[in-house]
Amino acid sequence: MGEEEGLHQTQLLDTMFVRGLKRKCFDGEEDIEGTLAGFKAIPSYNLQRQSLLDMSLVKLQLCHMLVEPNLCRSVLIANTVRQIQEEMTQDGTWQMINTQSAGQTSLDRLVSTDILCRSSKEQAEGKLVPVYSTFTKDCEGTQSQDNSEIMSTVTSPQVPKNLQSNMWEMENPQENRGNFQKSLDQIFETLENKSPNTVEDLFSEVDNSYYDLDTVLTGMMSNTKMGHCDLETFPSQTSTNSKSNCKSDLNELDHIVEILVES
Amino acid sequence: MTFTSPQKIVLEVLYLKTNKNWSDIISTVEFNHTGELLATGDKGGRVVIFQREPESKNEPYNQGEYNVYSTFQSHEPEFDYLKSLEIEEKINKIKWLPQQNAAHSLLSTNDKTIKLWKVTERDKRPEGYNLKDEEGKLKDLSTVTSLQVPVLKPMDLMVEVTPRRIFANGHTYHVNSISVNSDCETYMSADDLRINLWHLAITDRSFNIVDIKPANMEDLTEVITASEFHPHHCNLFVYSSSKGSLRLCDMRASALCDKHSKLFEEPEDPSNRSFFSEIISSVSDVKFSHSGRYMLTRDYLTVKVWDLNMETKPIETYQVHDYLRSKLCSLYENDCIFDKFECAWNGSDSVIMTGAYNNFFRMFDRNTKRDVTLEASRESSKPRAILKPRRVCVGGKRRKDDISVDSLDFTKKILHTAWHPTENIIAIAATNNLYIFQDKVNSEMH
Repeated sequence: MGEEEGLHQTQLLDTMFVRGLKRKCFDGEEDIEGTLAGFKAIPSYNLQRQSLLDMSLVKLQLCHMLVEPNLCRSVLIANTVRQIQEEMTQDGTWQMINTQSAGQTSLDRLVSTDILCRSSKEQAEGKLVPVYSTFTKDCEGTQSQDNSEIMSTVTSPQVPKNLQSNMWEMENPQENRGNFQKSLDQIFETLENKSPNTVEDLFSEVDNSYYDLDTVLTGMMSNTKMGHCDLETFPSQTSTNSKSNCKSDLNELDHIVEILVES
Repeated sequence: MTFTSPQKIVLEVLYLKTNKNWSDIISTVEFNHTGELLATGDKGGRVVIFQREPESKNEPYNQGEYNVYSTFQSHEPEFDYLKSLEIEEKINKIKWLPQQNAAHSLLSTNDKTIKLWKVTERDKRPEGYNLKDEEGKLKDLSTVTSLQVPVLKPMDLMVEVTPRRIFANGHTYHVNSISVNSDCETYMSADDLRINLWHLAITDRSFNIVDIKPANMEDLTEVITASEFHPHHCNLFVYSSSKGSLRLCDMRASALCDKHSKLFEEPEDPSNRSFFSEIISSVSDVKFSHSGRYMLTRDYLTVKVWDLNMETKPIETYQVHDYLRSKLCSLYENDCIFDKFECAWNGSDSVIMTGAYNNFFRMFDRNTKRDVTLEASRESSKPRAILKPRRVCVGGKRRKDDISVDSLDFTKKILHTAWHPTENIIAIAATNNLYIFQDKVNSEMH
């Protein structure tokens, strides 16, 4: 989007948000639109809110290649995103947006909003895509960090039609995450053991009910390729067929398994 | 609040110092405890120390001028191979140690490493050695017929700065503040999630006193933004958060001060609620008053004075640039909403100061409730020129010389300001320029 366009939009956004704030109720929409009937071409509160959400997500995804991004800024943006998502879920506009956008063209938007897609159970927990993966790259956080990165890069081949359908591991209840983590823990443990039956051990206890190990390892591979900018590439990833991703990474997968076997 | 009556504070330009290189964006400014020295740190990792010329009757116009005393490279860029990330050499904070002998000491820090520097003067050198000549070459012993006692002779002043301690590997996250304890033996350094206590003489270990890192980083919603030791009570310190709260902690209570002794938080104003409420409530700086009774905090739109005895709300709130409230979305888009402005007290705790955009800075007199907006710019800063109060017009009547909100330059931000500990002299960092202003009317405090 052109810079000028964006600026113009945010000027409108400024106006919108000044007014929209005071009537942040479920039926606030009608009030706002009524009040602003006199203004020409001011987008609806929902559209503006969506625009703010998109802007925030872009901000979170942009990472500086060389220097560690500002944690305070990231936290504040993430909190804003969470706030918008909560309001959208309360409003029920979440459903509206999902049904409106259809087809490949709006896939990116769908994906970005799906990050915040929550079942009503998770809403209270307020979990968010682990945008802090960069910051967990310290010795203590290694394991959880790897989990986070894997989760953020994994995609499923089908476009979810249902709001509740599962695209990100994050959406699952706590126990699912625990299982996934357990699988990965076992993988790492087994690697350390360096037993001759490593490969069998690797695959024997992994819970396959949520994820193909293929997908997991694919995620790991693409993760190492991207380095720290996992989130930067995720929109492009989601718009391409992940099956092709898997295929292209199969060679690498073989390579990994080779290494595992040898260790 | 609008003030139309004549301003009480009148500042005269005393001295202007400029740097031309882009890397010399000034990132911190700090007076020492007597005000004789002023240290600045920049984005290139350099520290420049200015010294105030002693007042002399011979040259009355030069009295109180600050001239360069010493320049040294404090930090170099580093590369963290484990994370494949650069560590910036930008100096985030400088803090002076109280002077205990002829030497001056200061702490400087970048994102990861704190260094203790010793600044010494040498104005004499020994002459008349027996074994070496004036150039330092060994003498032919056969030519030595008598012994002499070397004497100290005056020489041109030489300022030497040496690194005495390097406090490394204490922080995983970016260090945002350091504060020297009133016991003069310890200091603390705070990053986004943790605060460490160091002994000035011990570099290989530090004591973690605050840790707000959640077990799961995905649960992270709040970070530490600033911290400071109490000026008199060596057991008390405060830290501020990105959610706008202040926590006063007592180190006597427990080893890990995760539980605050006092929590200072102002309830949100429901009528002003927006998606940006949390961001603009994030405290960018916290400073104890000289008296130790109050705290000054800066968030995006206001400065607030808190009484340590009252946790429920600040005792005073001053609007720095409320006209930006309707522009928050634009400021969010261009990231200006994340700018971290500092704040400062004057020596008597009666006036507070903070920076803003367009090279404006603001001062608030707590007693008279008057405030003034001044500009730090080349055009308006000829030597001896008196600074003219500026005004931002929001709409309606516009006076001559008023600036409209839409013409404010958001790239010219005054983030770093410092006030002389006893006199009305202020140092303002505007990008890569340092301005030093002095009060003409009153040389003593109001």
